[in-house]
Amino acid sequence: MNPALAHVESRTWRRFTPRQRLARFSVYLTLVVAIVLSARTVEVIPEFLYDAPEQMRDLLERMWPISWSHYPKGVHDALVETLHIATLGTLFALVMALPVGLMAANNVVPNRLVNYLAKLVLVSSRSVNSLVWALLFVAVFGPGALAGTLAIAFRSVGFVGKLFGEALEESNRGTIEALEATGAPWSSRLAWGYWPQVKPAFWSIALFRWDINVRESAVLGLVGAGGIGMALDTALNLFQWDRVAMVLFSIFSVVVVAEIIVTQIRRKIL
Amino acid sequence: MIEPVTRAPQRRHAFPPNWWARIGWLVLAAYVAYALGRLDFSWDRFVTGLDNGARFIGRMLPPRIAQPDSLAKGLIESLEIAILASSMGILLSLPIGLFAARNLMPVWATWPARAIIAAARSFHPVIVAIIFVKAVGFGALAGICALVVASIGFIGKLFAEAIEEISLKQVEAVRATGASFMNVILFGVLPQVFGRFIGFATYQLDSNLRNSTMVGIVGAGGIGGTLFSAFQRFDYDFVAAILLSIIAMIMVGEVLATWVRGVFLEKGKVDEE
Amino acid sequence: MSTALSVRGLVKEYVRGKKVLDGITIDFAASGLTAVIGPSGTGKSTLLRCVNRLVEPTAGEIHFGGRDIAPLGGRALREARREIGMVFQEYNLVERLSVMENLLSGRLGYTPAFKAWLRRFPQEDIDRAFALLDQVGLASFANQRADALSGGQRQRVGIARAVMQRPKLLLADEPTSSLDPKTSVEIMGIMRDLGREHGIPVIVNMHDVELAKRFADRILGMSGGRIVYDGPPDGLTDDVLKTIYGGESWLH
Repeated sequence: MNPALAHVESRTWRRFTPRQRLARFSVYLTLVVAIVLSARTVEVIPEFLYDAPEQMRDLLERMWPISWSHYPKGVHDALVETLHIATLGTLFALVMALPVGLMAANNVVPNRLVNYLAKLVLVSSRSVNSLVWALLFVAVFGPGALAGTLAIAFRSVGFVGKLFGEALEESNRGTIEALEATGAPWSSRLAWGYWPQVKPAFWSIALFRWDINVRESAVLGLVGAGGIGMALDTALNLFQWDRVAMVLFSIFSVVVVAEIIVTQIRRKIL
Repeated sequence: MIEPVTRAPQRRHAFPPNWWARIGWLVLAAYVAYALGRLDFSWDRFVTGLDNGARFIGRMLPPRIAQPDSLAKGLIESLEIAILASSMGILLSLPIGLFAARNLMPVWATWPARAIIAAARSFHPVIVAIIFVKAVGFGALAGICALVVASIGFIGKLFAEAIEEISLKQVEAVRATGASFMNVILFGVLPQVFGRFIGFATYQLDSNLRNSTMVGIVGAGGIGGTLFSAFQRFDYDFVAAILLSIIAMIMVGEVLATWVRGVFLEKGKVDEE
Repeated sequence: MSTALSVRGLVKEYVRGKKVLDGITIDFAASGLTAVIGPSGTGKSTLLRCVNRLVEPTAGEIHFGGRDIAPLGGRALREARREIGMVFQEYNLVERLSVMENLLSGRLGYTPAFKAWLRRFPQEDIDRAFALLDQVGLASFANQRADALSGGQRQRVGIARAVMQRPKLLLADEPTSSLDPKTSVEIMGIMRDLGREHGIPVIVNMHDVELAKRFADRILGMSGGRIVYDGPPDGLTDDVLKTIYGGESWLH
């Protein structure tokens, strides 16, 4: 053996400190316990499970051939309405999210209470699912696209506001400091210092959210909030599976087209 | 150092107009006007609605837990759906995401994997839930299956993207030691993507928790069913109580997610003694 | 010669008990370029930033424009600040805006926010901006984005922005520390010449002693939060420098 190494005692190498190992172990343990408990108490009726492949095949058979003729009368207008709901809803959300996101950013508004309240508003907006918002707005404004648009808008404020606030907090402080030193008022610091820096992030967030909202708008009709979901609901209730297939196919196409649009715009502008 | 001003002042544009931006704003304004018209927005409806809204909020407050058993059962079922769907979803998305990575896998593996992921993503979890309700009946199983599909779509896509962004040099280095395929994955690929993976795994857990509260509306189990029936009975104060408990559950979920991220995303220290 | 700035007993403690500025009392005349030198951490930057209140003084008075600006806040503080121009080590321009917009941002303290947003500045300001651009040698860069410029060019924009404020005082916080030696000389020259031409006293904070000796009319040496030398550049003997910087090895 190499004489230089002769006197070295063997040392142990551990990847994690004991404290880290304990922490990791607790996470694993919690996960396993949660999974096992859930699996045991969840109500799954075995017969249904065995029956499933048969049922799926039955479903697919009933869905084929797709009822193409259903499109012009039953589907097209609803589809367009869905797009309007998604787009208008996103736009309203953007307008609402700007002030709230501003208030949540601790470098723009250094008031801790205001930051906290703004973040609370954003979290609540995100925690309530758009379907639930739709239910609420249908109860208030009656069924139709108005409820759907507001549902999309209110749900999206949390998403846009949170990311927008984070983008603001990441902006370059030196630039703002320089504007402060010229004696510029707060609103000018906002318009000239913060906005040019967060503009690309803002539009990126907007596009991202619009894409998600196209998907979300499609189902709002299930609770009566307008759009293609209502056509889906009708077809489901009447067990017209070929029409259901038509609706699903059109939703799929619209989602794909929206993705393509978003990817193209991303490439051009951002 | 500085040049004396010798030129006569010329007419120069201080702020050249940005035509594309202006056109963009005009188009946007025109669209909003058009769409509002199409969607039959009338001011009267809006005002009536606000009135309704005030009355509605009055009926929602104070929140009342009309049926505690039903509420508890529903919440627990939603929690279970979220946990099981997330764990199965994560397990399934790992190999699918791996196979979808174009920098590591050949075309005959990436095409099917990417197709599965794209299909899983295209449909809203609620729609998928409807299909599963038809296939496996009402109840939590449909909800779990629907959310597994949603998880595969989300995690699979992000995982594949994360893998596609890794530095292949590190993988090359591990391969050069003669390591087996699994070892190359374990030591060359996974360490680079682990951090991001924890990030979106916890995000998906949170997302599944939210979604599990609402697939019940179409019969796929969980608190969504309780919520929907309360709505239909006009039990608005119970609705308020349910919503508050959903928000509370989601916030707890976020806290847990932050805990998990804190544990795993610490820069791992190597301890020698 | 009148006094542009008068500092009395200025104290700054970032951490209780540790004084970064230990009772600075000094007057600055209404013309000329003063260089503040001293080792890192000795409060040179803090001194400058206390003047325009980017850093809050712990105690002391700052007399500028006929009043003590140390306790000012809100609108009064902004009005004081717009008369003090500042040049930064990292330029601190708005990267995504054009050079012209960066210059005019120096007038934001004088322009109502709504008009500023619409880019409606008085024609006089715009003419002056173009003239200044010519003076600093950036005539053709008016509509280029700030992040397309080199470091030296950006600093010239930074100086022009400060001069656009029509300030009664120009502060420069390590303006040449991020620049190569040749560009540093150019930038110091521009500040000196603009200061002379527009009648603005300049206070520059720097760590390059040779550069300071070359361009300054007056040198302040700081050490341990105090001013230990106040005099002309040729008074900076090796002994004096040792007092300021401590240690000898860097001198040779």
